[in-house]
Amino acid sequence: MNDVAIVGIGMHPFGRHEVLSGMEQGAIAVRRACADAGVAWPDIEFAVGGSRDAGLPDRMVSMLGLTGLQFTNVINGCATGGSALSTACNTIKAGACDLGIALGFDKHARGAFVPSTQQGEGRDWYGASGMSLTTQFFAMKINRYMEQYGISQRSLARVAAKASRNGAKNPMAWRRSEISEAKILESQMLSYPLTQYMFCSPGEGGVALVLCRSDQAHRYTRRPIFLKASVVRSRRFGSFEVLAPSLALEEGNGPTIEASKAAFEEAGVGPQDISVAQLQDTEAGAEIMHMAENGFCADGQQEEMLQRGETEIGGRFPVNTDGGCIANGEPVGASGLRQVYENVLQLRGDAGPRQVPGDPKVAYTHVYGSPGISGITILSR
Amino acid sequence: MSHQISINENVLDLSGSEPRLLGSRCRGCGNHTFPIQSGCVKCSGSDMETVKLGTRGELWAWTVQGFPPKSPPYLGEIDPQKFIPYGVGYVSLPEVKVEARLTESQPSRLVSGMTMVLTLVPLAKDEAGNEIMTFAFAPVGEKE
Repeated sequence: MNDVAIVGIGMHPFGRHEVLSGMEQGAIAVRRACADAGVAWPDIEFAVGGSRDAGLPDRMVSMLGLTGLQFTNVINGCATGGSALSTACNTIKAGACDLGIALGFDKHARGAFVPSTQQGEGRDWYGASGMSLTTQFFAMKINRYMEQYGISQRSLARVAAKASRNGAKNPMAWRRSEISEAKILESQMLSYPLTQYMFCSPGEGGVALVLCRSDQAHRYTRRPIFLKASVVRSRRFGSFEVLAPSLALEEGNGPTIEASKAAFEEAGVGPQDISVAQLQDTEAGAEIMHMAENGFCADGQQEEMLQRGETEIGGRFPVNTDGGCIANGEPVGASGLRQVYENVLQLRGDAGPRQVPGDPKVAYTHVYGSPGISGITILSR
Repeated sequence: MSHQISINENVLDLSGSEPRLLGSRCRGCGNHTFPIQSGCVKCSGSDMETVKLGTRGELWAWTVQGFPPKSPPYLGEIDPQKFIPYGVGYVSLPEVKVEARLTESQPSRLVSGMTMVLTLVPLAKDEAGNEIMTFAFAPVGEKE
């Protein structure tokens, strides 16, 4: 089985771009990733692409060149980027191709997502009744978690304020101004206990990653980053997930816990080996809960970690160094790949003003999406 | 006179003397789902029967919907000037936890574990003037 290396990365800035289609943003990311790897589009043997609202990714060949390559479209809610990368990684591992690209892009309407998955499934009553909002799920999950484990609303504000500080240092981020904890707490209460500035917003952007067999990585770069694990899991019976009209009485592990365990096993490392992590922060509470679900702390320990600033860029365990979804917004096709892009920069030492000190060697990403999908990667130099 | 009709009779049965939610019970393992579905999420069986779910349970998780949802799909009030926030939660019935609107929307009056009972809330009127109703849970004592 082949190991896999990332040898080129490209990104179109996240945010709102009136004149560019989502697919054009994806094509720009692809061209930048190819340039970073020193390859041309005709060299690419296969592509795996994801987009929710900006068109079928394989149509992009009409912008990039009709080279006849194998091009697979994937979609897994907000975890689409993780699924694209995992699929591309497995194609190289299996020996089917040596050089490929994982890409994602999107362009969403303003405001909260309206799930399209329930149309035609006889579930019109769910949204019609005033449910079927992803924001409600995240609010219910963190509200229950706060009751159970003594997490304060101040901690939610700390996470959102950190996202704004890190986003201010990131030229690719959508929201690049610092917001104080007080302003975050005073903003509109969208879904108790979460205020407006604690949430990410659907947005636009594109990311692409050039991947190859690791024994060929030296052809393209002197600084390959190795993909030690890329794992996707769906939900098991008893887990508490987004857009669920009912839940089992029994409680079981969610997909993040399962995917995380599998990823650590595949990579042969543990949580203590991770130097920097990008964790799904659909809202501030999600980052807090995902710290524990991914094995980086015990439930409830986050309160003290945040008080001490341990998840800041200069802290013991930096989380969401690029500002996460809260500062970057969430173009769902690209979001999981943005996390990997940031970790490649961190491991190369190219993250500029937001570079994690201490020469980081192993980095972790986690993306979560509807209706209960988690994708994890572990990268190393 | 206006007449009350269900948002969906296969989900919320208003044909009897009191409203009931309909779910599925797996004849193989006994697990319940809401709404009705053809397969069992626990044992993967496909021998399911439609049952009426219990009408009382404990609040398991909750939030308050603070802004008007997009319409469509939402049928209720979306004018920001007239919109009134409403509670949303999971209520642990004897068979399954059901997600529902809550009649209470004050965070200070909602706490996990409180006993809730099934009731109805109006969403909109149809062309014939009927009131389209959906299900909700009310804290016990509030409704009675």
